[in-house]
Amino acid sequence: METVYVICVGVLTFCGVFLCLRGRTFSVVLGLTMLSYAVNLFLFSSGRLSLNGAAILGMADEYADPLPQALTLTAIVIGFAMIAFVVILAIRARADLGNDFVDGREPPDTDKLVKKEEEKA
Amino acid sequence: MTVHLAILPILIPMLGGLLMMLPPFAGTTKYQYRRMFSLFLMLAQLACGVVLMTSVVTNGAIMYAVGDWQPPFGIILYVDQLSAMLVALGSFLGLGVTLYSFGGSDLEGKYFHSLIQFQLLGIYGAFLTNDLFNLFVFFEVLLIASYTLLIHGGGKQKTAANVHYVILNLIGSSLFLFALGTLYGITGTLNIADMAMRLGELSHSDLLIAQAGGALMLIVFGLKSAMLPLHFWLPQTYSVASAPIAALFAIMTKVGVYCIFRVYTVIYGDQAGELANVFRDWIWVFAILGVAAGTIGALASTNLRMLIGNLVIVSVGTLLIAFALGTPQAAAAGFVYLIHSTLVTAALFLVADMLSQQRGKALDYFVIARKIKQQSLLGIIFIVAAMSVAGLPPFSGFLGKLVILQSVTQNDQRLWVWTVILLSSLITIVALSRAGTTLFWRSAQGNDSDENVHVSRWQLCGAFMLLGASPILTIFGASVIEYANGAAMQLHDINYLIDIMNLNEEAK
Repeated sequence: METVYVICVGVLTFCGVFLCLRGRTFSVVLGLTMLSYAVNLFLFSSGRLSLNGAAILGMADEYADPLPQALTLTAIVIGFAMIAFVVILAIRARADLGNDFVDGREPPDTDKLVKKEEEKA
Repeated sequence: MTVHLAILPILIPMLGGLLMMLPPFAGTTKYQYRRMFSLFLMLAQLACGVVLMTSVVTNGAIMYAVGDWQPPFGIILYVDQLSAMLVALGSFLGLGVTLYSFGGSDLEGKYFHSLIQFQLLGIYGAFLTNDLFNLFVFFEVLLIASYTLLIHGGGKQKTAANVHYVILNLIGSSLFLFALGTLYGITGTLNIADMAMRLGELSHSDLLIAQAGGALMLIVFGLKSAMLPLHFWLPQTYSVASAPIAALFAIMTKVGVYCIFRVYTVIYGDQAGELANVFRDWIWVFAILGVAAGTIGALASTNLRMLIGNLVIVSVGTLLIAFALGTPQAAAAGFVYLIHSTLVTAALFLVADMLSQQRGKALDYFVIARKIKQQSLLGIIFIVAAMSVAGLPPFSGFLGKLVILQSVTQNDQRLWVWTVILLSSLITIVALSRAGTTLFWRSAQGNDSDENVHVSRWQLCGAFMLLGASPILTIFGASVIEYANGAAMQLHDINYLIDIMNLNEEAK
């Protein structure tokens, strides 16, 4: 179980970081979402993984640590609000700046520039 | 009432900010009510901060268990001299900013005053909490308020800067949660005092994980405080924000610096066994380089607000130098400098805004433009602010830098600190006098417009309030330094913190 869990968190984090480094806001927003999923899973696992463990005293013989569950809930709520905000902001930036690049301007197309120079020469 | 004094700085802005969105205050035409009410709220917070300070000095630090859940389990608010001082500083700054915004910039958005209150709520919360996860929550509160405040007024530039700011801080929040998960996983606690006790007892392999968690947190706090490799967002963001917001943001970097002081003195301090002070050498390097980078940035800036943004980086670097020196004396010197730099950089942002109102389309760019109308008034304000931020006597910058220079004891450190701080002060003077020369003396002849662009009384009132604190800090210098010494001793005395939290019996 631990191995599968670790791989899940790792892959999510990797995808999140990769997408955050992209140039367009859409992929960055997706990346932030994945990163927050990864974080939620990671926080959850910080109380150790246990099967059939109750979080409330007096319900079972084995107990799971309830605090990480509370932390994860809080993190989910906050992460959700932040993602909602960044989506709206990205749409606003698309409208205000006329493109969906994080930098607010299109990167210069180097191939075209090279071709122009060649034609001139 | 006095029992609940510790949570009042959090409750007042929260309830006040919410109330201001309800009927008697809501609506575009009701802005006078909102102004009155937010002025009242700011005065209440300032009073609260001052009462906290005096009560902490006379009765010692306060522990407030929210919901009466005792440490180490519940969420604990902890008020010592340092946090009480910062709460008072935050409310003073908030009052100045609110007064300035009455000049007209609060009319650009309906929720301006509410958002300012929420921003302050997050800032006070971050100063008062003694629980790492709670710290994260208050960080998010102050961040989401700052996201919306940053685009207050609207415009292309603000949107573009806000996209960067929001994305960077969201990544920072994710890293913070990773760090918290790591630390909770190995220590089983989130209470700062409890974690400080447990960190010394870890096995060797766990220590490495704790170090990784601490390093992740350093990245987060570094991002908030604009420590060197993470400072690139700051000048751009601060220079596009509208003036009162930029002035309020002057304390946001200090929240990061405060967290570095708190976490890396208490948790990773002298008691942490093998991990004692592992991050101090890193911060030392970043701090020295940060002062250098900020100074060069100040020279290269093309407008006044960008220049001030770079001076904020310099002040953060100077504060981190005070942290990296590691002694209570240096920390005390840092706190004196912190009060000064927060107030004066905030005042400078306000001055830059008043200047750009009178220069037409040239705003605060260093180009030849129309002559400033109220040249002598604004000139005097500017020169006082500039002298203060550069560290010339008789203003508070001189006192702040002097105590930091005096607190260095080892000779090799003294060489670095004295060279860097003194050179950076000199270059700051050069940059500011170049800026002042262009802004005030190089004006185009004959195209005086007839527009009535006199700065409003409210704006002057706010700027005078923040700037007036500078000579007052110098006049009452002895008591300020005494208070800061007390705060630093309390911060470094970890056993005192553990006693206040009643964690000792449990350990036995």
